[in-house]
Order: sequence, then structure tokens, then C-alpha cells
Amino acid sequence: MKKASILMILGPLFLVGLYVFPLWTIMLGAPQYPDPLGIHIHIDGIRDVNEFDIQNIDGLNHYIGMKTLPKPEDMWEFSTFPIIIGVMVFLGSLIGLLALIGKLKYPWFLGWFLIMSVLGVLGMYDFNAWMVDYGTNLDPNAIMKLANPDGTPMTYKPPLFGHTKMLNFDVTSLPATGAWFMFTGMMLTVVAFFLGRKHQRSKRLFT
Amino acid sequence: MKKVRYSILGLLGLAMVFIGCNDSGKSNGALSSSAAEKVYVAPGERDTYYAFLSGGYSGNLTVYGLPSGRMFKEIPVFSQFPTSGYGYSEETKPMLNTSFGFVPWDDLHHPDISQTNGELDGRWIFVNGNNTPRLARVSLSTFETEEIIEIPNSAGNHSSSFITENTEYVVAGTRFSVPVPQRDMPINEYKGNFKGALSFVSVAPDNGRLNLEFQVLMPGFNYDLSRPGRAKSHGWFFFSTYNTEEANSLLEVMASQNDKDFIAAVNWMKIEEYVKNGGGTKMAANYAHNVYDEHTHTGTSTMKKEVITVDPTEVPGAIYLLPTPKSPHGCDVDPTGQYIIGSGKLSADITVHSFDKMMAAIEGEKFDGEAYGIPILKFEEVLAGTVKSGGLGPLHTEFDDRGNAYTTFFISSEVVKWNVGTWEVLDRKPTYYSVGHLMIPGGNSRKPFAKYLVAMNKITKDRYLPTGPEMEHSAQIYDISGEKMELLYDFPTHGEPHYAAGCPAELLEPRSKKIYRLDENKHAYVTPSPDQARVERSGNEVHVYMSTIRSHFTPDNIEGIKVGDKVYFHITNHEQDFDVPHGFSIIGQNTSEILVMPGQTKTTLWEPKQVGVWPFYCTDFCSALHQEMQGYVRVSPANSNVELSWSLGE
Repeated sequence: MKKASILMILGPLFLVGLYVFPLWTIMLGAPQYPDPLGIHIHIDGIRDVNEFDIQNIDGLNHYIGMKTLPKPEDMWEFSTFPIIIGVMVFLGSLIGLLALIGKLKYPWFLGWFLIMSVLGVLGMYDFNAWMVDYGTNLDPNAIMKLANPDGTPMTYKPPLFGHTKMLNFDVTSLPATGAWFMFTGMMLTVVAFFLGRKHQRSKRLFT
Repeated sequence: MKKVRYSILGLLGLAMVFIGCNDSGKSNGALSSSAAEKVYVAPGERDTYYAFLSGGYSGNLTVYGLPSGRMFKEIPVFSQFPTSGYGYSEETKPMLNTSFGFVPWDDLHHPDISQTNGELDGRWIFVNGNNTPRLARVSLSTFETEEIIEIPNSAGNHSSSFITENTEYVVAGTRFSVPVPQRDMPINEYKGNFKGALSFVSVAPDNGRLNLEFQVLMPGFNYDLSRPGRAKSHGWFFFSTYNTEEANSLLEVMASQNDKDFIAAVNWMKIEEYVKNGGGTKMAANYAHNVYDEHTHTGTSTMKKEVITVDPTEVPGAIYLLPTPKSPHGCDVDPTGQYIIGSGKLSADITVHSFDKMMAAIEGEKFDGEAYGIPILKFEEVLAGTVKSGGLGPLHTEFDDRGNAYTTFFISSEVVKWNVGTWEVLDRKPTYYSVGHLMIPGGNSRKPFAKYLVAMNKITKDRYLPTGPEMEHSAQIYDISGEKMELLYDFPTHGEPHYAAGCPAELLEPRSKKIYRLDENKHAYVTPSPDQARVERSGNEVHVYMSTIRSHFTPDNIEGIKVGDKVYFHITNHEQDFDVPHGFSIIGQNTSEILVMPGQTKTTLWEPKQVGVWPFYCTDFCSALHQEMQGYVRVSPANSNVELSWSLGE
């Protein structure tokens, strides 16, 4: 149980990486942009991959009537997410600590993991909803109003995961270092749960 | 099983025969295809060397890639350049200021890349203006001219702009001797009265700023070319001379009478020390010092009023003359600093002096008289050897890193490779035609990068499709990595390349700037954000603070301008994206358009002469909406009371 508890303390701490590393990265390459433009999505805001990328993406997007990329103060998520992550890290490590001194049992580990997963899915849902709005809620006076082959207005929602071709741009959206930290941390808590259960069962066998 | 083996051997044998055939073919017909491969830089790939070719009478410097011979940029230095507005924009007009006023042209001859410990360091490239004596420093991160200093008491700044091995000094030796100071006197009293100034301009190690430290007033010879000593001879500078006859007319005959002229060896360290200790004479002078600041994007011109001159006889042991046959032109120092090569341009042979022998001759006082108090060393005492070239008219020599030298021959139109030490000729290849300078990247330093050699020719004739009587000069690229030189490629150049300088691409590629930062823009008339765009009037001067971003000007409608106004358009490009300049031009502009780089501010003056509504537009195809990037200025009569107003999107 000691090993499992330590894992449970460490796992949530991996989420601290989200304060440093981006959760998600969206890259935009085009013939005129051999060095692609890109944005890093952090839990507290959107940042350039290379300096001035946001300014240049906004500059290009104004042609098709997209809103400028949100500043941290433009979206409640960027002030709330860091708090949620902080609380979850605290709770997770606390659970591990209490388990270490025998105050809690291993099923709490899974409980934390499930809550974190639900929050993660909600976050993804929210992120996707923003991208839908960003890519489809276009200025009616846009300079370029393009239509799909079926006549419907063209929209520019970046993919949540993977690659899409949008006009002259190749858009690639993938989880970034922060997401891998979160994934690793969460997996550690699952391992902690199974180790805890195994330990519990073997204990039962011997008693 | 055995049979199979034999047949395989048989096949191998056949293959050998075929390969053998191919090999023998290669030395003839297939040669051209292998040369093609050597210069072919596939689409999307980059050259491995930069080459900076002087533009001669274009006044500018051109940037090429090797081995492809593709031109990347023309850097305006001494000439007005409407392409970018250099010399036309308010910010760059001061760069062409001189004591003669605004001089919009010069004859740019000899680029030299800055060095540290005798090796190329790629910070700056220096160039000389031959006609109205000037030196310029070009940044190798912005590839723009940052500084121009005029050289007083000089004329025909030809033995320039060569640098010492830690870029302590860039020299400017005069080709034409003149009265110093200038005065009204009969021309035929030249002899004994005219002086040849050798100017030593220091380079500040941190920012490259130039300062004329001292001028050595030499006898009235013609100081043709020069090279720094390096390694063991660091501290010395060598200048070739002609017209030691001091003729003032029909020089082609009168200045070719002496069998030997001189290479002047100047111990600049000794003179530097002499000046530091208060030596030399302060002389009144008047010369321009023009500096362009990367952050204000603005050039300023200051007139300097004084120069320190040094009489060479006052500094014993600082200057010696090395007799060198047949009006030497090129004066080149090998990478070890041991040999000084003098190319008598009317000769078949190349004279090589030894630095060690020179020092010994000085020590042993092996003199052969003196000229105006400067000791002449005995020719035999300093001579290291003679290259019996078999060619005619040697001019310039560069070096590889394998102990070989390469000398151009103007009259016999060829490059000759010879061994430094044995003086034996190893190879020769024709040039097309009448080669002047040659360049090996780093071939004028302690560390040559000797893969390619570029020969720059004076005569083109039939090399390209004809373009009427006037043609660009031709250049050839040779592969010199093998024992024999191999002609690879032939390409036209721009203007008249005299000398060139080259370096490995990786020295400059990483530090080449992509944009200027808007947040570092300290221009006096910057428009830091579009909401600060405005128009201000004071008297008949109107200042338009205008910003640009794809694809509009802010403001783009201006009213209240009157005939007779002087309208200054200060354009700030708000792009912070690589390679997105915007241009600006307006109908009836008496200057040129301006091309404004991202983050930069440039100013153009417009003096409207006619009432009307006049358009302006972006001259650089900046974006899909480039054609829409335009605006109007309403010009009212001089006595009108139309109020000053400006707008965008109203």
C-alpha cells in the first residue's frame, strides 16, 4: 500500500506541468509560411509558438472574418482552469498522503481519477465549443466570404485532434507537453489504484 | 553451384568493363554534366557560401550565393537606390552627405569582412568609395549600410577598405596624391609637393563605429592596393605603389619608366603608439561622418573638423619601401603572414617578398637609398622568390588552406595556381575575359575556405545573349578542391565587380534579421499604434503619421493639404511577419517610393503642385488585397481654408 500511496501522491503532482507547458498546440503551415505559425494553448491563456505568431494569425484571419484570438481576460476558462487544476492536484496528493498514513483506502484513488477524467472531458468539450464559435461565428462583412461546394458558407473550425486542410493552410492540432504530463500523472493514479487493490487482496489472502 | 559462381564473376567482369568505359567518358564529354551537378542548388535548397561582390560604378554591393551564382540582394551603399528609397528617404539622405554636399553616387571597389584573430567573424563588411573618398560599414545582420565616413586629404580611395586581423583598423590609402591641405597651385609642381595620405580608421569592437585616428602623409606616389600583415606580420600593413616617378600627365607612359616601384611596409602599431603618446600634427579638416541607427531607423550626418596627420620621417623605423618590379598592382599577404606578393602588372612574373627577410634587412640596415627620408630596402635582401608564371599582367592573388596561391592575369586572361614556397606553377585555366580580381571565401585571411574560386572579369563580349553595346561583366566559378582547377559556371554580375568577399553561409544565416521589432522602434515620427495615426501641420510643413498593415493605410483619406505644402509621409509598417514589406508612393512625388520593412519607419517628402485629389498606394505586392491598399489626398489651393482632417473606413 505504501508504493501505491506514493504513486498517488506523485501522480497529481505531474499536473503541475500544466502551469509550465502547453496543453495543446495548433500549427498552421502554408506555402508562404514555410516556418509554420502556431499557438500554444496553456491553461491560463494562448501563447505564440514563435514570437508574433498570434498577431500574424489574427492578421490573416481578419480576411475571412474570424475574431482575434482571445486574450486571457477574454475567457473565464483561463482564470478558472488554473484554480481547478490546483485544487485537483491538492486533493489528489492529499488522498495519497492520507492513504499513506492509513486514513484512506485505495478506491479513493479511482474516485480522483474519475473526477479528473470528467473534468478533462468537460474541458475538451468547452475547448471544442470555443473552436466551433471561433471558426464559424464570422464577421458578416468579412473580406473573403467563401462557400463550400454545396453552397453553404465555409467555416474554419480547427480540428480538435489531428490535421485538416483549410484554404491554403495545413492545420495540425495535437496535445502538447502539458497534456502528456497530465496523461502520465493520471495514469499513475490508475496504477496506484490497481497496486492498492492488489495489495489489499494479498493482504486478505494471508489473513 | 560452381557454374553459377563463374557466371557471376563473368557478369562482374562485364560490369567492370562498362564502368571503365564510363570513367573514360567522364574525363571528356561527361565533364560538363558533373560541373552542372556541382553548381546545381535544387529548388528549396540553399547555397553553401555567401559572396559579396562590389558593384563598382553602381556604387552598391551585391550579394550572391555560391556555387549557384544566384544574386540575392543589392545593398545600396554609395548610390541612391529607388528600389528601397535609400538616398531618397529623409532618413537616408544624410548617409550620402559629404564635404562636397550631397553626393548620390560613388565607385565601390573592395569589400572586406570583419575578422577576429585573422579569421572571418561575419559581423560587418567594409567597402570603399573610390571617387569621393569614403568608407562604409554594412551590417551583416540587417544587410544595410550603417555608417559612411569621408576621408579628408585623400583622393581616389583605392587601397581600401582592407582591415587588420582583429578589425582594429580599416585602411583608406589614396590612389591619387594631392596637395595637403588642398590649395590652388600649378599642376606641374606635383613632384615633391603632393602627398599621399594613408588613413587608419578605427573600428569600435562593440558597435563597429568608425573613427579616423590618423593619416600618414606619404610621398606623392599612387597608393594602389593594400593588405594587412597577419599572424607573425600582424601590426604591419603593406601598400603597393605606382607612379613613383611622380608624373602628373600621360601617366600610362610617364609612370611606367621606373623598373621598380615600391611596396610600402607600414608598421601601424608603431605609429599608433606614436600618436597615443601625443605625436602627429592636428590639422584642420572638414569631412562627413554619417551614422544610421537601427532603432531610430534614421541616419545623421556630422561634419568633423580635425584630423591627426603623421609625417613618416618623424617616426623612424615605422615605414620601409620594398622595391617591386613593373608598377605593382595587387599586394597580397599569404595566410601565414610570411609572404607579401607584389604583382607587377606590366610583367610576366610575380614578385614574392619575405616578411622574415624584410625584418632581417631592417635589422641589418640593408638599405638602397631612401625616398623623401623613407629607407628603401635592398630588393635582393627582401625577395623570397619569383613565380615564373608564363602569363602576362598579374593582378591579384588569393590563397587556399593547402599552401597554394591563385593569381589572376589580366592580359593573358587566366588564373594561375602556384605553390607558395617552391614558386612552381601547378595549373592554369582561362577566364572569359581579362580577369581583374578573384575571390576565394576567406582567401584574404588566416583561414581560407578553399572550395570555390570566383574570377571577376572586365570584358564580357560573347559570353551571353547580346544586349547591345553595354553588357554586365562576367564572372566564373572554379572548383579548386582538387589538384587542378575546374571551371564550373559562368554568370553575369551587376555593375563592375572589382573585388569580392565571401564566407560560409552558416556564419551569417543564423544572425540575418527577419524583422525590426516595432516595440524597439525609436523613430522620431513613429506611429506606434494605428490609433495614433494623425496629420499635423506647422506652417506649410505637414507631417503625416501613417501606419500600414495588410491591407490598408491608416489614415487613407487626408484633406486640408494645400499647394505649396511640404508633406512628409512617415510610414510605420506594423507587420511583425518575415518578408512582408509595404511600399508607399504618391503621384507626382519628386523623390522615389519607399519600401518599409516590418517594424520600420521611413519618410518620403511630397510637395503637391496641383490642386486635385491625388491617390497613393502600396508599391509592394503585400497580400491578396494589395490592389486595395490605396488612399487619397485632397489638395486645395494655397489660400484655401479646408480644414486638416484624416480618416479610415468612414
